[in-house]
Amino acid sequence: MSLPVRIATLLVAFAAVVAGGVFVTIHYLLAGPPVVDYTSMAKAGQINVTMQTDPQNTVSDTPDWVSYFIKSPQSGQWVHTTLLKVPARTQVNVTIIGYDGCTPLRNQLWGKVTGTIGDVEHVDGKPVTVLNSWSSCSVQHTFAIPGLSLNVPIAAPLNPNLCGTSPCTSGPHTVNTFSFRTPAKAGIFVWQCRIPCGGGFIDGNGGPMSTLGFMAGELQVVA
Amino acid sequence: MAAESADVGRQAAGHEPRHGLRIFLIWLVAAAIGDLLIWFVLGPHMPPGAMSSSAASQQGDISVLSVVAAPVMLFVIIYFTYALAVWRHREGDDEDGPPIHGNTRVSVTWIAATAVIVLSLFVFGFVQLWVPAGAGAGEGAAPIWKPSGDNDLQVQVIAQQWIFTYRYPQFGGMQTTALVLPEGRNVQFNVTSLDVIHSFWAYQLGVKADANPGVNNVAYTKPKQLGSFGVRCAELCGLFHGAMTNVGTVETPAQFESWATATQARLADVTKILPPYATVYDPTVIPNIGKALIKLGITGANGYYYPPQDPYQP
Repeated sequence: MSLPVRIATLLVAFAAVVAGGVFVTIHYLLAGPPVVDYTSMAKAGQINVTMQTDPQNTVSDTPDWVSYFIKSPQSGQWVHTTLLKVPARTQVNVTIIGYDGCTPLRNQLWGKVTGTIGDVEHVDGKPVTVLNSWSSCSVQHTFAIPGLSLNVPIAAPLNPNLCGTSPCTSGPHTVNTFSFRTPAKAGIFVWQCRIPCGGGFIDGNGGPMSTLGFMAGELQVVA
Repeated sequence: MAAESADVGRQAAGHEPRHGLRIFLIWLVAAAIGDLLIWFVLGPHMPPGAMSSSAASQQGDISVLSVVAAPVMLFVIIYFTYALAVWRHREGDDEDGPPIHGNTRVSVTWIAATAVIVLSLFVFGFVQLWVPAGAGAGEGAAPIWKPSGDNDLQVQVIAQQWIFTYRYPQFGGMQTTALVLPEGRNVQFNVTSLDVIHSFWAYQLGVKADANPGVNNVAYTKPKQLGSFGVRCAELCGLFHGAMTNVGTVETPAQFESWATATQARLADVTKILPPYATVYDPTVIPNIGKALIKLGITGANGYYYPPQDPYQP
């Protein structure tokens, strides 16, 4: 084999290795759920965010995992993600349609609404400040952003015939609404559900509880 | 060449300099300067500061250990440097070094000095665990080192993925996400977990205690300075372990009482639905509620609180 051929072979092999590394990095290491962008949707300093919680998700390879979905403001379609981008210094009006059934809170403290405007949420139109998940089957998940001291329990419907196909469009549900303000500075604020809802995992803590796109997410605040 | 000739001349004439004395004197001066700098200049800035009794104790410990370690380290460096400078190979000197078969005086000195240092540190370490009531470390459910007095503020640290909450049994059992402590009063932390293993680490307070489910881990401290301190989880505990942080504050006793009273009133609605205060909480109590719900046909989180196959081992 001549020298030019050997050099060319070496370069091709090197390029192949680099391309393989880039492919693995992009498709596996950097892969994640999409980000729903609300930054261009602000009107009069407010944005409206709509989400839903499902007892399953039939759109992923783990269909028995409970999951959040976020409605895209651009397309109006439900997106299987928990990453959303919002502008700073903005009032975020959140609607969470809760299609999942109830699960007791491990720590009753998370039954209290905090960090919202007025420290209140509205469940099916009624103001609520505390939900007791031990005395009645009243909570399915929570929406909690510790960095903003935000904690909102999501009320559960009292009908066991839950929706079976995601994203849910019908079936027993509650409508939970609340508002909070984003901070003045940009940053990433993690949020999560505080119900141990990872069915099939030790203490209910694994699976969807520990996976972005299901019951853990990020609020990306853009200045 | 002139210096080498002089050395050769001295050796030939039996005027070998007293290397041991030279090294000792150099080391003595360097060690004295180093220890004074460590004690008086670096010492007050040693971690974790002096915000609490346990932190100040740890700061003192680190200073003492540094003062003990510095002369040892300096001896090694000085001896090595001296050897390189004085006993280096010289041009034209192909003679073998002298055969050495041990030196009893050096051996005894070395072993004695090492034994004195190690045994002294053993005694010092034991006293420093005992006197400052455990030095801020978790002592388990039955601590053997306790601070004197009976006016400890009880604070229960409850860890769960991925946040710490704090329960104050002397204030109606209220539970908050804020850790506020009074200056000048002994604090007893009762650390536990509701799920996996965490570790409560209040860095500037010099307090660190593992948070295990079903276990009460007690640690003591006494805040000595007003201000804020960081709290973080020191045990890898899952996805948002890195975000499991918060900021606590030390306030004057009056400010603390005011905060506690106001917070107790503000949280009254949720405090009354909390379980009775206990040193540990058994999550298996809650599945019983889940089972009752299942009997009613009301299920969630994929059907059950803890499905029958739990715990699932992947």
